[in-house]
Amino acid sequence: MMREYLLGNAAIARGILEAGAGVVTGYPGTPASEIVETLAPLAKKYNVHVEWSVNEKVALEVAIGASWTGTRTAAVMKHVGLNVAADPFMTLAYTGVRGGLVVITSDDPFCHSSQNEQDSRRYAQFACIPCMDPADPQEAKDMTLYAFELSEELELPVLLRPTTRVSHARADVEVGEIEENRAKPEFLKNPVRWVALPAHARPRHSVLLEKQAAIKTALEKSPWNQLVLRGELGVIASGISGLYAEEAIKQLDADISILHIGTFPPPDGLCSEFIRHVNKVIVIEELEPVLEEYVERVARVHNLDLNILGKRTGHIPREGELDSCIARNAIASMVNLPLVESPSLGEAAAILPPRPPALCPGCGHRAVYYAIRKAFGKDAIFPSDIGCYTLAVDMGTIDTCLCMGASITLASGIRFSGEERDICCSIGDSTFLHTGLPGLLNAAYNRARITIAILDNSTTAMTGHQPHPGTGVTACGDKTKAVSIVSLAKALGADFVETVDPYDVNATIETFRRAKDYQGLSVVIAKQVCVINERRAGIKRKPFMVNENCTGCRECVEFGCPAIEFEEDSDSARINMLCTGCGVCAQICPYDAIEVVKDR
Amino acid sequence: MKTSECDIVVVGVGGQGVIMLTSIIGKAALKAGIPVRSAETHGMAQRGGSVINHLRIGCVFGPKVPIGGADILLALEPAEALRNAHYLSKDGIALVNINPVLPCTVTTGQSRYPPLEEILDPLERICKEIKTVDATKLAVKAGNSQMMNVVMLGVLSKYIPLREEMLIESLSESVPAKFLEVNRRAFELGKSEMQEDRYAMRQKNESLKFQ
Repeated sequence: MMREYLLGNAAIARGILEAGAGVVTGYPGTPASEIVETLAPLAKKYNVHVEWSVNEKVALEVAIGASWTGTRTAAVMKHVGLNVAADPFMTLAYTGVRGGLVVITSDDPFCHSSQNEQDSRRYAQFACIPCMDPADPQEAKDMTLYAFELSEELELPVLLRPTTRVSHARADVEVGEIEENRAKPEFLKNPVRWVALPAHARPRHSVLLEKQAAIKTALEKSPWNQLVLRGELGVIASGISGLYAEEAIKQLDADISILHIGTFPPPDGLCSEFIRHVNKVIVIEELEPVLEEYVERVARVHNLDLNILGKRTGHIPREGELDSCIARNAIASMVNLPLVESPSLGEAAAILPPRPPALCPGCGHRAVYYAIRKAFGKDAIFPSDIGCYTLAVDMGTIDTCLCMGASITLASGIRFSGEERDICCSIGDSTFLHTGLPGLLNAAYNRARITIAILDNSTTAMTGHQPHPGTGVTACGDKTKAVSIVSLAKALGADFVETVDPYDVNATIETFRRAKDYQGLSVVIAKQVCVINERRAGIKRKPFMVNENCTGCRECVEFGCPAIEFEEDSDSARINMLCTGCGVCAQICPYDAIEVVKDR
Repeated sequence: MKTSECDIVVVGVGGQGVIMLTSIIGKAALKAGIPVRSAETHGMAQRGGSVINHLRIGCVFGPKVPIGGADILLALEPAEALRNAHYLSKDGIALVNINPVLPCTVTTGQSRYPPLEEILDPLERICKEIKTVDATKLAVKAGNSQMMNVVMLGVLSKYIPLREEMLIESLSESVPAKFLEVNRRAFELGKSEMQEDRYAMRQKNESLKFQ
């Protein structure tokens, strides 16, 4: 028996290997990225195909193809990625699988790194498939293995739904053997299953509905739902909330029954036993009241007088993430124990300067937005997208961020409404290749007069620098075709396509001016390697310094680079140790007061 | 009833090595056969934002340290210490590196970074004990300012229920061999900065029993 100190996502990756999966696909997204990242370097050793797919729909479809040959596969994404993959996901439940197929989607309560906090358990309900809700890294690994087996037993995909605090938790995890034997893949032709024509889909829907009983039977006898009967007051909690509740009950030292749920649908037998035992129950779960609605339904059959507390009664919030303090006070209020007040810092915290995440010193994105602002002015409209560059929101050149790829399409819609101001949207390279392509095609086809800035830093930076089709490298580090964004933009119908180096400030401003004046669709590709990757590659530029010409005009300070500070004492700017030598501030300075540090 | 042997909250700024520091302690706990849970900050906040890691030694529950429950607040940056002081228990100890990292809101002149005493005074009122360390200076003395987090690990080593050998072993496995010596030096400098007699703490360590 071996224990390792594993990140939840690494534990899930380990589970995928122990299950003997042959194909693993995914698109980067916090908090799910480390699953594929952990597997990629091991792919050759264990003969697994591991890929960063172009987007989540593609990832799931590649996984489905592999599953239909009898190979175990996993498709990995963040919660909003499942929206992109929803089309294949829903019909996959009809066709079913051959090799076990586990869809892993990591939810992000509190939106730590996301645009919403949707609850993926609803997706499993929607598609009528089983969902596993792990509480910690150990359970995440063990459930991954189980999910593959269940998927094959039911011939259905299974959804594994960790949350940020499971994916990005670390714990001592007991690991098992890695399975290296797998069946020879063979696609068996079977049109009535794999061809979802209406005539085939109708009976497959019936099959799916008939399978619901088998799902319940399998989950009922699974080890993921734990019942502890004590007093007549009870807690039902799902996933990590179960751990918060258990900790709270121990702290309160109270005689409270608990049912810790790890599967959806929840087990009818255990739930009805529990609900008959207690007269008051609090349902503790993050996000949507999925379990709570279930408990209300079961109570109508088994205990009409049951007093159910939860989100409906305001005891548990429906937004944000929970913790043991929230669980403790919710339970305490049920059993009439005193609530514990959280210490508050009050005024002390008010003196602290905010520390929002920001673009790195020397980041090329900052220079692009500076140029866009100069060329388009404040009054133009700036739809944007999802990536590091969204952190530039304070620069005034980011007016929208909705979902992956929505910059070009929103810009088009704003133009088609009759809005007459200039429009310049921005999108990163990885996001452009993810879902920006149809937007550009649509803009060209429907003749949207907009400017599209493609911020090409040759990586998927925000999620941890994963490669993409434009980089010429695969997830596993192999060389591959590097797709040209210039050629793509032209092929999709853009006539004005120019590439600039954002570190050349004047040339970039001038190019954006021409793009603005172009009577049609214009695309400007601003290409500059991510400064983090540049540093990792050992590329060093000479840093810059402020000389005696500085008048204290603050033009460079307002540029917002963390390497530029303003010293009130001397009423002048100062460049600190963070300078990466991009030289943009030296070009911005109206007084030639910033120069490169000379060799000593 | 106590639900964790030792709850630590490690705070700092993206890039200071909060995750690595927490991971070294976690691996040391694994070596000692003690159950350990931690929660990390990944993603967006790592771009120069506030980073907070939770670490629970001798715990089998959720990975987040309850608010008002931390035995130790280990701060690699002073403003972040105060920002997260509500995690400290009344009996808790704050270990603070006194070197500020100015956020972009300060460098661009939108906000002011308070003087150190304005940060430390309220912190002192909240917890039982506060120790300040010029960890960056000690890291430079050890040979590399980047090792500031390892200096703080040395500082922390006096206060946690893990044997020093375990921490050193875990540290050795976590850093490239060519940097091991300077890392060990950084650890020792941090450790010697704390004057307290370790004997009492040692005995407590020996008596720890899990499972």
